[in-house]
Amino acid sequence: MNLWRLVTREIRYQKLNFLLGLLSVAAATGVLVAVLTMLRSHDMRTREILAQKQERTEQEMAKMKDDYRIIMKKLGFNLLILPAAQDLKQYYASGYVTEDMPEEYVNTLAGAGLMTIRHLLPSVERKISWSEQGGLQVILAGTRGEVPLTDRAPKEPMQVAVAEGEVVVGYELARSLKLRAGDSVMLLGQRFTVAGIHGERGTRDDITLWIDLATAQRMLGLQGRLNAILALKCLCAGNELSQIRRNVAAVLPGTQVIEVDSKVITRAEARERAGAVAKTALEAERENRAVIRAELEKFASWLAPVVILGVTLWVGLLTWGNVRQRRREIAVLRAIGISAGQVLKIFLSKALMLGAGGALIGYFAGLAAGTASGELSGGPAGALTLFSLTMLLSVLLVATVLCVLASWIPALMASSQDPAEVLREE
Amino acid sequence: MLRIREVSKHYEKNGATVKALDGVSLSVKPGEFVVVRGPSGSGKTTLLLLCGALLPPGSGEVRFDGADVYSLSPNQRAALRAANVGFVFQQFNLIPYLSVLDNVLAPSLAKPDPRAAQRAAGLLERFNLSERASHFPAELSTGERQRVGLARALLNRPRLLLADEPTGNLDDENAQVVLSSLAGFAADGGAVLMVTHSRQADTYGHGTIHLMRGKIVTETAEEGH
Repeated sequence: MNLWRLVTREIRYQKLNFLLGLLSVAAATGVLVAVLTMLRSHDMRTREILAQKQERTEQEMAKMKDDYRIIMKKLGFNLLILPAAQDLKQYYASGYVTEDMPEEYVNTLAGAGLMTIRHLLPSVERKISWSEQGGLQVILAGTRGEVPLTDRAPKEPMQVAVAEGEVVVGYELARSLKLRAGDSVMLLGQRFTVAGIHGERGTRDDITLWIDLATAQRMLGLQGRLNAILALKCLCAGNELSQIRRNVAAVLPGTQVIEVDSKVITRAEARERAGAVAKTALEAERENRAVIRAELEKFASWLAPVVILGVTLWVGLLTWGNVRQRRREIAVLRAIGISAGQVLKIFLSKALMLGAGGALIGYFAGLAAGTASGELSGGPAGALTLFSLTMLLSVLLVATVLCVLASWIPALMASSQDPAEVLREE
Repeated sequence: MLRIREVSKHYEKNGATVKALDGVSLSVKPGEFVVVRGPSGSGKTTLLLLCGALLPPGSGEVRFDGADVYSLSPNQRAALRAANVGFVFQQFNLIPYLSVLDNVLAPSLAKPDPRAAQRAAGLLERFNLSERASHFPAELSTGERQRVGLARALLNRPRLLLADEPTGNLDDENAQVVLSSLAGFAADGGAVLMVTHSRQADTYGHGTIHLMRGKIVTETAEEGH
């Protein structure tokens, strides 16, 4: 005969009492483990989602980078070739070129056989006062369209020249002067027919009038002169601007080259913006998941103390009831020589078994419930992923300690009970 | 073996003092079977519990083998009971969830002994309970329950048996069995102190003490005791 046998026999005899305690410990443990498992499941799912999003973003970024590389290859740079004397500060401040250079430069460049240059658009331009429209300040631009490169097969021109006697009007000018295609207008004493109206660009183009190059040169007193040559889609190995500059300078020493309106820049900016958007989306997802987790945590933070307190009181009450019920038995055990310490051990051993048994059942029930309600795939595979030995051991430890603590006072009452008082009641 | 001298025990009950024992002295020697008789409330059970190291007296002393029992610590008194004292109760006080065998073995919790199981089997046989070994108290007759109680009291080979009205709930036949067992224990050198209402016990006892309102009023002894 030993204490273990006595305890197990009593448990078997008082099945309902023990079962009630076991179920309450299991339920409390199960609820807590389920919530913790859901949190764990949420964390694992969050890692999965963020990793997937990260991977997708990286793939998209890589694709964008590749696209960018291809676009760069196709587009190259947009260059503006200006007279060497042009003060760039003045050009950037006013938006138009004040210096000029010989018109044959464009032909020289076209015939130079530079592989880096693809499309050439010569132009003259001046800010003028449109006397027929009350001295309105406009930019008059003369262009003759693309100059064919002599060493290449002719292609569709990138920019169609404006025909003689016609004018293309910028958006803002057309809107304020109520001009429409087909209208006839006077410009510096010469009649033009409005050939077209440009869409709104939000640049100085909106106050520009385009006419053919020869007419403009004549009207502006710049016969045989150019202000600028626009070179579009310039290519070179590695798309190095410095290389293109060196090539142009070798052919046209009296010029300078600047990069303008490069679509490449726009693409790169778009790519950066797309990257930023992807990162923002990733961050938003992370924040969203953090909010859900915080809600779960908040729920767990009030649930845990309520459940722990509840089950502690309940186990304490059950033990107290058990002690009251076994008063005579305790008195007899004391009479036959069992010490107070042994009586304490009897009740605490029972509490230990209650805690350990309840925790074990509760852990696996909670794991199953948490897996089923969690965000990872359910079933045995999900439960196996979410199983945590540390959590199991912690739950076992906490539940047994709590049950022992809850039973401590009733067990102490049992051990300090006066056996003579009970036996005298006989 | 057991000697009590000028022992008093008073209880407070509803604001009044009840003198359960009032200056009682007696001694029980090995081989002696002492019967204590008296009406209900005369202090019989209090005397028994006091002799069994379970109830400290208000005054006076209780000595077992010359040692003052109540100068011992609670754990020492528990050990003294486990080694030397057996209790038999009127209500049997068997543990309901233990089998007959386990009930008999219960005192081995206090005094572990590898031969306890063998002794328990011998006691069950002696009290005609071998076939009931695996039964539970609720499945036994009252006579059988008291015999289990007796077997339990004897497991640790006590030197003193304290019996509180052990025949109170038994028919004559079972009462005879119990009384003859107690007499047999005394005949084997043990000491028995039994409180009872029953006159039947007088024929087995070596001496009878009459208690009245916590005092010994008469004391008779057989010759030679």
